[in-house]
Amino acid sequence: MNTASSTAGRKVTMTLSVNGEDHEVAFLPEKTLLEVLREDLGLTGTKHGCELGECGACTVLMDGEPRLSCLVLTLECGGIAIETIEGMTTADGPHPLQAAFAELNAAQCGYCSPGFLMTAKALLDSDPAPSRETMKDELAGNLCRCTGYEMIYQAIDRAAAEVRGEAGHGE
Amino acid sequence: MASDREFNLIGKSPLRVDGMAKCAGQTKFADDLSMPRMLFAKLHRSPVAHAKIVGIDTSKAEAMPGVVAVLTGKSMPIPFGILPVSQDEHVLAFDKVRFIGDPVAAVAAVDEGTAYEAMLAIEVTYEELPVVLNAEQALANEAPAIHDYGDDGNVHKRVSMQFGDVEQAFEDSDEIFTDITLFGSNTHLAMEQHASLGHVAADGRVTIHSSTQTPHYLHKAACKVLELPPSRVRIIATPNGGGFGGKSDPFNHEIVVAKLSQVTNRPVKISLTREEVFQCHRGRHTVLMKSRMGMTKDGKITGIHFQSLLDGGSYGSFGVATTYYTGALQTVTYEVPTYRFDGVRAFTNKAPSGPKRGHGTPQPRFAIEVQLDKAAEKLGIDPAELRLRMIQPPESVTANWLYVNSIGLAECIEKVVEGSGWKERFGKLPRGHGLGLACSSYISGAGLPIYWNAMPHSGVQLKVDRGGGVAVFCGETEIGQGSDTVLATCVAEVLGLELLDVRVCAGDTDLTPVDLGSYSSRVTLMMGNAAIQAAERAREIIGKHAAKRMGIPGNRVVFAGNRVFDAEDPERGMSFSEAVQIAEAEQGTIGTVGSYSPPPNPGRYRGSGVGPTATYSYTAAVVEIFADEETGMIEVDKVWIAHDIGRALNRNLVIGQVEGGVYMGLGEALMEDMAYREKRRGVLKHPSMLEYKSITTHEMPEVITTLVEHPDPRGPFGAKEVGQGPLLPMMPAVANALHDALGVRVDQVPIHPDLVMKALKAKDKRAGPKKFPDLLITDTQRVKTQAEGGDGTAPRSPKEKAVQS
Repeated sequence: MNTASSTAGRKVTMTLSVNGEDHEVAFLPEKTLLEVLREDLGLTGTKHGCELGECGACTVLMDGEPRLSCLVLTLECGGIAIETIEGMTTADGPHPLQAAFAELNAAQCGYCSPGFLMTAKALLDSDPAPSRETMKDELAGNLCRCTGYEMIYQAIDRAAAEVRGEAGHGE
Repeated sequence: MASDREFNLIGKSPLRVDGMAKCAGQTKFADDLSMPRMLFAKLHRSPVAHAKIVGIDTSKAEAMPGVVAVLTGKSMPIPFGILPVSQDEHVLAFDKVRFIGDPVAAVAAVDEGTAYEAMLAIEVTYEELPVVLNAEQALANEAPAIHDYGDDGNVHKRVSMQFGDVEQAFEDSDEIFTDITLFGSNTHLAMEQHASLGHVAADGRVTIHSSTQTPHYLHKAACKVLELPPSRVRIIATPNGGGFGGKSDPFNHEIVVAKLSQVTNRPVKISLTREEVFQCHRGRHTVLMKSRMGMTKDGKITGIHFQSLLDGGSYGSFGVATTYYTGALQTVTYEVPTYRFDGVRAFTNKAPSGPKRGHGTPQPRFAIEVQLDKAAEKLGIDPAELRLRMIQPPESVTANWLYVNSIGLAECIEKVVEGSGWKERFGKLPRGHGLGLACSSYISGAGLPIYWNAMPHSGVQLKVDRGGGVAVFCGETEIGQGSDTVLATCVAEVLGLELLDVRVCAGDTDLTPVDLGSYSSRVTLMMGNAAIQAAERAREIIGKHAAKRMGIPGNRVVFAGNRVFDAEDPERGMSFSEAVQIAEAEQGTIGTVGSYSPPPNPGRYRGSGVGPTATYSYTAAVVEIFADEETGMIEVDKVWIAHDIGRALNRNLVIGQVEGGVYMGLGEALMEDMAYREKRRGVLKHPSMLEYKSITTHEMPEVITTLVEHPDPRGPFGAKEVGQGPLLPMMPAVANALHDALGVRVDQVPIHPDLVMKALKAKDKRAGPKKFPDLLITDTQRVKTQAEGGDGTAPRSPKEKAVQS
């Protein structure tokens, strides 16, 4: 068997801004942002369900906008602020969306959850009190096979109230 | 367990133990794992549906830079499969391929891209064979046999059984309803694509990390194929990113990474593409059904003769069990005094069908519940009233010898009738709007294991730490349903702890006692009972020494709030950890075990192993729809569902399962369609998440859930299953609502808009199958019912008697 590397000399190096930190990363030029995040930066919190832009599991934020990282070439990401699920938890603790998703069982198998959470964060950042219809529109590109979506809406409602400084945290 | 007891955790909704990790991106699913020097594997899959393999040339792949190993089927000649009676799969096919996607060769390379290129460079020469693409064609046996085993030709399994005199019952009936219905195939579509990582330690022991629902069965299959004793192979089930039955079979890719790691002495990972996940399938069988139901004019069933023809796809999978399941549970909801079931499972050149949520029971449930709706109309009885009149009594034995323990179906029906305003609104909504009702039942775990043995179905081991923490070990696998949380809850409830005091170690064949896996809605009931036993044993040890220290009788010791104290003087006591330290000082390290086996079932005829359970769950649902008569499009406006859960252990988890079941059932009713192009020799029609339609936020209606809670003495704290039952009534409820909306019957799912249009244009206002083939039954097992004085056995046939003597 030929065990020489098939990729020698083909990698490119660039700086990516992920969760507020600059990372110098070397990767094959054909790699998607999804692949570089998971394989080269070890940020496996971002998931893949189709790698064809159909399920929303790989959603990350690029300059605050939800994007399907499986359809983004990493080479195009220079100078863009990328945010992943790992960056959602800060020194202050989990984001209200993360806590609400966990507490209200909006994450069952949890595989689609990072994608939903990123989409929901972008939604709350632009609309602090989204209606049910707005939620349905904004989340229509994220598939979930476990929940039937209702508990996800409820979690967003609760997190939105918390972000607005309303309502207690209890049930 | 007294029903009036006050609980710490049971019935509430504490945060699930895996919740925060899942929302922080910390949970490691199989493809999130990596190891130093890890290689990536790809499978070369057949592009043709049925062919002999004439030659395989791997030389170009082997010569590619970065390719470390290439395997073909001859390296693993031992067959495997989930059921002992159908060990019909090879890790890599070497004699013939049976469907588009059948794996033929495997490559391991330094990166995934190289593995993919090398996989494409493998050249296989095929001699194509005629293809069989539906069950009727298979039954006709005109094409060459897909397998060299089975009941004849492409008939994998043919079964027939009769309980009581059905024909006589029909003669005594006022009406006989005959309906032919078709349930089309659909697949699990778990969000996580299957992935596995195999590695070999320096001492030769093999480990497979995999997204599997059944590590114990994978362990058996891997040991068999790799020819290694079980002590040298370890399976670690990673949290499944959704299962729904789709990760219950041992799969080619799981064993191939182990073999590749043996060959290369390096870790090897595989992550399937979405198209490959469709090819793994094991989803809902397409079933063509014919049901004859006799009824009295006041709406009592006199007998049912039910026939199923299952399209099994290319391999056995769970199919023999599925076949029996299409005939088993018709009798546990309503009184059916006489019953006959005939079933045939056929092999076809499609991805293998198998167990999907509801396993073989949604199809007959659809047929029966639609038939009852028609019967109600003909007899002039309200469909809800008709069902309420004939509910199976509790603590009874059905015609086919299934024991029904508790049954909350009447209350379920009453709840959804009340919630939906059924009495005021059914049959009275404006044209296009309609209400439909249906009911169902499901097992809380299969009464028998997949391979015959007398050992427990679930084992739990507890390690009690002197610091006050408890570690609980169990072979169960978390697939999203919340089994880790249920396990921790049962232990924490008994020992008076919080969930965070309990560490769960699950699904690891080296470390955890066997639990048969996350299938058949068995985990809460079986693991829960085993966990309670283990925890009660620990409580007894700790309580005994704590009582002695406090100078009180043992029966006054209470475990609650992380304390151990005197029931009569709660101030007198100690922390849980102090109590553990006292007990440990007295008698050494504290560990206990618990185990569970379901009660024996009364049936003792061939096939009686499929259907029994400790207790059945029951569900009733009403669906409100709008059906557009211009386009045939159906929108679901609202769902009312009531589920007999026995007792909800964690309310949020239970409601999540109900809502998730409703969601998946509505998808099956309206759009999910695992279809093939017959003219293109078996190409899958919808091999992506875009083409394979599922319900999004836009189609999902509001769901009003009611839990009916009457603790069942056989369940842990009284709990029954919830993972599968609530899916079942959705499909017939939608079909029945369509009739209320537009006066048409579509006796087929998915109910695509073109079928609605076809029904609107048809003279009989019906769309659906019209013919049912002769299943060529020659031998029917006859079993006397309890009413006839039977004892659950079948008299031996003359053929069997001859063999015996």
